[in-house]
Amino acid sequence: MTAPLLKVTDATKTFGSMRAVDNASFEVATGSITGLIGPNGAGKSTLFGAIAGENGLTSGSVIFDGEDIASLSATDIYARGLSRTFQIPRPFPTMTVLENVMLAATGQIGERFWNTWFRPGAVARQEREIRERAAEVIQFCNLTAVERNLAGAISGGQKKLLELARVLMSDPKLILLDEPAAGVNPALLDTLVEKIVELNARGKTFLIIEHNMDMVMSLCDPIVVLAQGKVICAGTPEDVANNSAVIDAYLGEVVA
Amino acid sequence: MVGIALYIVFFLTVVSIYAIIVMGLNLQWGYTGLFNAGVVGFFAIGAYGTAILSGPDNVRLIGGFELPYFIGVIGGILIAAAAGLIVALATLKLREEYLAIATFGISISIQLVALNFASLTGGANGLVGLPRPFYQFFTEPSVYSVFFLCLVLVFAAVVYVALERAVRSPWGRVLRAIREDVTAARSLGKNPTMIRLQSFVLGSAIMGLAGGLYVGFIGFVSPIDFLPILTFQIWAMLIVGGSGNNRGAVLGCLIVWGLWTASGYVISNLVPPGFQSRAGALQAMLIGSVIVLTLLFRPRGLIGEEDVISTHAGASATPALQADAAEKG
Repeated sequence: MTAPLLKVTDATKTFGSMRAVDNASFEVATGSITGLIGPNGAGKSTLFGAIAGENGLTSGSVIFDGEDIASLSATDIYARGLSRTFQIPRPFPTMTVLENVMLAATGQIGERFWNTWFRPGAVARQEREIRERAAEVIQFCNLTAVERNLAGAISGGQKKLLELARVLMSDPKLILLDEPAAGVNPALLDTLVEKIVELNARGKTFLIIEHNMDMVMSLCDPIVVLAQGKVICAGTPEDVANNSAVIDAYLGEVVA
Repeated sequence: MVGIALYIVFFLTVVSIYAIIVMGLNLQWGYTGLFNAGVVGFFAIGAYGTAILSGPDNVRLIGGFELPYFIGVIGGILIAAAAGLIVALATLKLREEYLAIATFGISISIQLVALNFASLTGGANGLVGLPRPFYQFFTEPSVYSVFFLCLVLVFAAVVYVALERAVRSPWGRVLRAIREDVTAARSLGKNPTMIRLQSFVLGSAIMGLAGGLYVGFIGFVSPIDFLPILTFQIWAMLIVGGSGNNRGAVLGCLIVWGLWTASGYVISNLVPPGFQSRAGALQAMLIGSVIVLTLLFRPRGLIGEEDVISTHAGASATPALQADAAEKG
């Protein structure tokens, strides 16, 4: 039994008197595709933001790959190999798909402006490498046909794939996907699921927020259920589907 | 004929100096989305910094260190950069509006300091007798004017090339990403605060350089050269030419300053003497109208922003119309 890749302990996030995340504890095992489900307003996206360093936790700890990252910035967390996508995709609309993806590469020496003046050769060399790697990632995500289009002008489903492509550029250990299936047409959804499975087979660990229960039940194991900021159940898809608390809080309303 | 030729030299020198300021603002606003409402303040700091460091010794003044002109210019650039750093550190972590308010405030304060701190700035009389670079090598003032235009053009070209290098690079890509969506940029490992700081300070330093060149051009400084309307004019140049494009910035500078000068000429020749000062308001109205018309009919400016940033990313396949839609979406 290896240590979990991500271990969230007693995570609490309050906004005024509202406890959006309330003493939530769960683990993401290395190599797993862990699902995070729960009714709207359960605190799933808030928890995601806290793990990724966008808004700190009020209390609790987040151990990623053996290190407490609860007080680190989003910038540092990304560099350590944890990256996220957004519920509503956030492409940079006036940049091409290719440059959206190139941007996401880590360790770019050309991000220091003086290097563009004093080390132009090294910057250009790295740019060519990044461009090649971006082209591979774009091809993997079936976006080659639109790689030169502006990201604001591609379809909603393609924007989801673009977000996945961007985070792949950092070669992350753990990828947080926030509702990857929302607003994606069925054909594109199959592609997306296929890509997740393929990446998982190559060793990437996933934590996925999703409302599409068919997708969650077939793709994710284990599944963590969040309701009103609390973890009410965590286990295999069967455990979760048969858990009365989960049916009351969430699945009941889906079936009905 | 010589008179017209000399006037054109004078006009182009002013345009080149202002073009440097517009390029500085373009870096801050066009590429990074930082709203600097106090452009004239950083220009003034560069000018006064240069004047105080390189000006003649005077018992009534604190300054007058008689340093070589170019050392003075470098000093002016560094002081403008330091002012930019202070403003940026104080405001960049806050919401965008604070930067606009802070920069507007600082430019007003600087003008007031220039007007009232007489032992440093010479007060309303300004600082006079400032050195003009290489002036002693020329016997003909008109030849010197041409030489000085060339000198300013060289500086403008260096700024242009250096900026083009910087913005068509991974750094420029991060600038645009931050301008478009800070949260997404942060989630992809970028450090928006640091990058904004760099952009703002570099832009301020460029404005400071323009101030130093302005001192060399006219040989004196006074508070009247740094009125808030200059900020408005510089913004007009950037909007008309095309924000986010350095060629647009330079073109806009030429057009707006051309319109300003031409309208001033028309007013001073056609309007009866008693109405001249009131007719001056027509100039501001003219530039205001040009801004409105640009925003209505050509919102991206005469030369808009290019889709592709990096020189290694190939061309864009999205037509301009879709690009407009993409920007709105």
